[in-house]
Amino acid sequence: MESLLNGNLTIITFFPLIGILLIVVLSLLYRDSEEPMKIGALVVSILEFIISVPLYTNFLLGFAGMQFEVRAPWIESLGVSYHLGVDGISLFLVLLTTFIMPITILSAWNAIHRGMREFLALILLLETALIGTFLALDMILFFIFWEAVLIPMYFLIGIWGTDRRIYAAVKFFIYTAFGSALMLVAIFYLYFVHLDQFGTASMDILDFYKLNIPYFGILSPQGLLFLGFFLAFAIKVPMFPFHTWLPDAHVEAPTAGSVILAGILLKMGTYGFLRFLLPLFPNATLDLLPVLSVIAIIGIIYGAMVAFAQHDLKKLVAYSSVSHLGLVMLGIFVLNIQGIQGGIYQMLNHGLSTGALFLIVGMIYERRHTKLIAEFGGISKVMPIFAAFFLLSTLSSIGLPLLNGFVGEFLILLGVFKWNYIYSALGATGMILGAVYMLWAYQRVMFGPLDKPENKVLIDLNLREIMVLLPIAIMFFVMGIYPKPFLSRMEPTVKELLKTKFEERIAVTEIKQPRIVTDEHE
Amino acid sequence: MLAWIIFAPLIGALINGLVFASGFWKKVLHGDEHSEKRIVSVVGCGVILISAAISSIMFLKLRALDPAERQIIQELFVWIPSGEFQVSYGFLFDSLSCVMALVVTWVSFLIHIYSIGYMHEDHSYSRYFTYLNIFVFFMLILVLGNSFPLMFVGWEGVGLASYLLIGFWYDDPEKAYAGRKAFIVNRIGDFGFILGIFLIFFVFGSASYGEVFKKALDPGFMSNIPGAVITVIALLLFVGAVGKSAQFPLYVWLPDAMAGPTPVSALIHAATMVTAGVYMVARCNIFYSVSPTAQMIVVGIAAFTAFLAATIALTQNDIKKVLAYSTVSQLGYMFMGVGCGAYIAGMFHLVTHAFFKALLFLGSGSVIHALGGEQDIRKMGGLRKFLPVTSLTFLVGTLAISGIPLLSGFFSKDEILGSLYERGFIIAWIAGLITAVLTAFYMMRLYLLTFEGEARASGEVKQLIHESPSSMTLPLIILAVLSVIGGYMGVPEFMGKVVGIHDSNIFEKFLAASILVEEIKHLEHHALGHWTLVVFSIIAAFLGIGLAFYTYIIKPSIPESVAKNPGISSLYQGSYGKWFVDEIYNVLFVRTFVRLANIAALFDMKIIDGAVNGIAKVIGEAAAILRNAQTGILRFYAALMAIGATAILIYIVLSVK
Repeated sequence: MESLLNGNLTIITFFPLIGILLIVVLSLLYRDSEEPMKIGALVVSILEFIISVPLYTNFLLGFAGMQFEVRAPWIESLGVSYHLGVDGISLFLVLLTTFIMPITILSAWNAIHRGMREFLALILLLETALIGTFLALDMILFFIFWEAVLIPMYFLIGIWGTDRRIYAAVKFFIYTAFGSALMLVAIFYLYFVHLDQFGTASMDILDFYKLNIPYFGILSPQGLLFLGFFLAFAIKVPMFPFHTWLPDAHVEAPTAGSVILAGILLKMGTYGFLRFLLPLFPNATLDLLPVLSVIAIIGIIYGAMVAFAQHDLKKLVAYSSVSHLGLVMLGIFVLNIQGIQGGIYQMLNHGLSTGALFLIVGMIYERRHTKLIAEFGGISKVMPIFAAFFLLSTLSSIGLPLLNGFVGEFLILLGVFKWNYIYSALGATGMILGAVYMLWAYQRVMFGPLDKPENKVLIDLNLREIMVLLPIAIMFFVMGIYPKPFLSRMEPTVKELLKTKFEERIAVTEIKQPRIVTDEHE
Repeated sequence: MLAWIIFAPLIGALINGLVFASGFWKKVLHGDEHSEKRIVSVVGCGVILISAAISSIMFLKLRALDPAERQIIQELFVWIPSGEFQVSYGFLFDSLSCVMALVVTWVSFLIHIYSIGYMHEDHSYSRYFTYLNIFVFFMLILVLGNSFPLMFVGWEGVGLASYLLIGFWYDDPEKAYAGRKAFIVNRIGDFGFILGIFLIFFVFGSASYGEVFKKALDPGFMSNIPGAVITVIALLLFVGAVGKSAQFPLYVWLPDAMAGPTPVSALIHAATMVTAGVYMVARCNIFYSVSPTAQMIVVGIAAFTAFLAATIALTQNDIKKVLAYSTVSQLGYMFMGVGCGAYIAGMFHLVTHAFFKALLFLGSGSVIHALGGEQDIRKMGGLRKFLPVTSLTFLVGTLAISGIPLLSGFFSKDEILGSLYERGFIIAWIAGLITAVLTAFYMMRLYLLTFEGEARASGEVKQLIHESPSSMTLPLIILAVLSVIGGYMGVPEFMGKVVGIHDSNIFEKFLAASILVEEIKHLEHHALGHWTLVVFSIIAAFLGIGLAFYTYIIKPSIPESVAKNPGISSLYQGSYGKWFVDEIYNVLFVRTFVRLANIAALFDMKIIDGAVNGIAKVIGEAAAILRNAQTGILRFYAALMAIGATAILIYIVLSVK
């Protein structure tokens, strides 16, 4: 009990698997009712959230390194160990996962018409895999969790998806698995580099941080390793131009799948940049930054433009993810405190606001069995509570101050500005474009005359649906009004990363401000 | 206590929103609509009265302080801390924000009261008051925040309130469109504003007024900073102001914003929100005062906007549209004032304009209300005898905005015009004078066509015409009184001396503490004296009014003959068509964007996703070919092995050499 309340990472990671057992037992006990196992899964996921909260409350402030570490030898000859830990970068991604999961289970209450038991089991399996990915500090362990995420997600799309679900599921699987294959090669390369430099076998990420990998261009060991990892993460994020699996997966996936996909899965990619690419390959990162940040900016603008042109509401939200994650990547690439903190913050924001938007699309889809924007219009009249939640999520997504999205956007663009004001201005166009496509979509769905007979009989949200959206809505405000508890837990880790790996660059940005201005205007 | 000015409206919005607008009252508590409306009105108006009362008490407190130390600061807690960037919830109550807070809270209060009558029939009554309270909440953050990021919070927040209220009757697609247009055009302005904030932080290492302005006043610090940087800051902030305060080229949202309920037009789109940009420039007076380039650009845009909007207002037939273009034009005056360095004059006009423009809008609302929604002045006329209070107060507003001597608009407009001349902005001064003639003309035209002459309303409508309830006429009367006497707080010294007022221009003396740079006046060097300038202003006002009388009362055939005159008709058509600015924007920006977006979507589907699927196909086909290699014939494998081994052997042998 003691360890439960103090944040034991092993328990936090594997607790959802107990839920799977519970579901199996419940399904055998109550053969003709799904209710018990749904409640069982929900309770397990809520308990999981509760036992993850101590990570936040007991988190040491002002400490940059790993906390709550768990370590045990595993395959000693290869230096593989069972090693978990949490720091300012992964803390909130774990909490985001445990926060979103009960919501997705509750959202799927009546949406799954066959195989409820398998569905719930896969969701819980996915939760373990996701948490493991964010907590693993051993490369092999990480890779196992990373790949393990694919399988439940593949089935979620492939079994409970809509018409073209097989195409989307296979595309998702092959595209992302292709990326990780190269990463595996790179991991083994790192192992040998470590063996070479330190004479010991290790697969520990923290050990790899100490490596000094030769860099002299993209074809040097560090350059190639960078590329190996980069592809895996860039596909997952997804960065332009590796994003086309995403709209397909989203459009076909069931609501719960989309929420997890957008809310958490994509963060594996952005997390990978912070955990691996930046600290392991700082020279390559610095060298490739000009290209990468331009790609990120293209993603912001391009994603927004394509989102605007969509006729399918879900696809529109999917493309908005491309735009938002472009902004996250841009923030990470500027390598200063505001940029990276803003980037992490924006990951959480995106998880919440896009998660909420997918839930909202799901709720209207369950009623109308269509996602085409043109089929709606005037819905506000018949569904005022739905309208309020939809509006709030839209405002969060377009970064209205005092809601969460603004804090992330503001910090990222501020960080970018310190580095390159033109990039900041280009990134800030996302602020305008976001309002353009989101409000246009909102208007076409919610405003205007209620002229379609099918829409006139729509029923507003029920209590369960309100309970699905309410926690997220509360977080919009909490994170928008008082971001300090979040930022202060991220700050030491981010500072440490910048200091140990990118010291020169920090020195540049911390030179007395006016001189830089003078320099730039010369 | 300061923070409660802001929190009171928030509490009102929360109560009205969560209990009533959410349907909780009706569906869960089974309350009836009548008591709902009563409670909502009391809460909605009550919280604003609390804000207004606290603002007034704070004003008295502020005045009791020594002029040099006139500011009250309240810091609550940290908002965004990240590295060296720190911003808190902090509020500043100095003479500048005091003036704004007083205007915002009291005018809001009057308009809230007015809304009780105006919105009485509406089914979304509680939603309306919720939005209105939200607006006041954000407006007060904008005005009282002590840092640029907080101003930005208010800035975007009032934009949201404006969006919600313009599209309040959202089942009409045009109204929903107008709301969205307002939000997006404002976002374009905010884009400049936020970059301005970044640059301020970059240069000054802080984003709160106290630290930034302290450094900006420090010659040692400023000597390291190229003047161009300050100009860029000033102009980026001004981009924000151009959006929010509807100046050229971003003014196009404001006329459409008239789709909202009329009290909203009065409050948000005339008296308070749209003046935020003027407040911003006055707040940042240091930046503008050290940058002649920025001043030139601000005054140039302002003068052009004032003139352009006035020319459009001449021919519009929608009562609210005339007032909307008039607002754009008057905002131009305010920017001419703050732009040329006469910050107090600009602020003075902001205050008097809040009185008479709120009055005019509410008066138009009273007319629209009486006519059952009619807004076309061609279907009005002769309403004076039906609506005595409305018509009289409207006339007061008309005379005040026209700059008739001794009414409020006269003092403030004259001060701006005088300042422009004194500071050498001669072209802007002339443009201002011409605009003053136009203003007097179109306002008098509006009054005459609405209230005088024969009644052109249809028989049925005439039956229904009635004066508005006292909840609506009382605010009209109060605002009319303010429009008359509001100018006396800013009587210039040279006029005060004549009538023997000892302590004239208390407005300037009060506000001077917030203007961190000395206002420069160098009248001596110019040919025209104070009184000559005043005479010019008076002539302009009377000329406009006289022309309107001549055109619409004495010779009513003139308008038609002007419209048909081949020489002038193209000008008339241009003005009537609002110089087709919306149409031009549509072609240049909107359609281009839509086309680009569609191309991008097609590109994404065919090229990028096409490439992905193409590669997958190639791999699939390659696999099919390679599959042939797996024949299952043992001899074939053996042969391949032999070839491979030989190849490796050769490679090793060669590389050893």
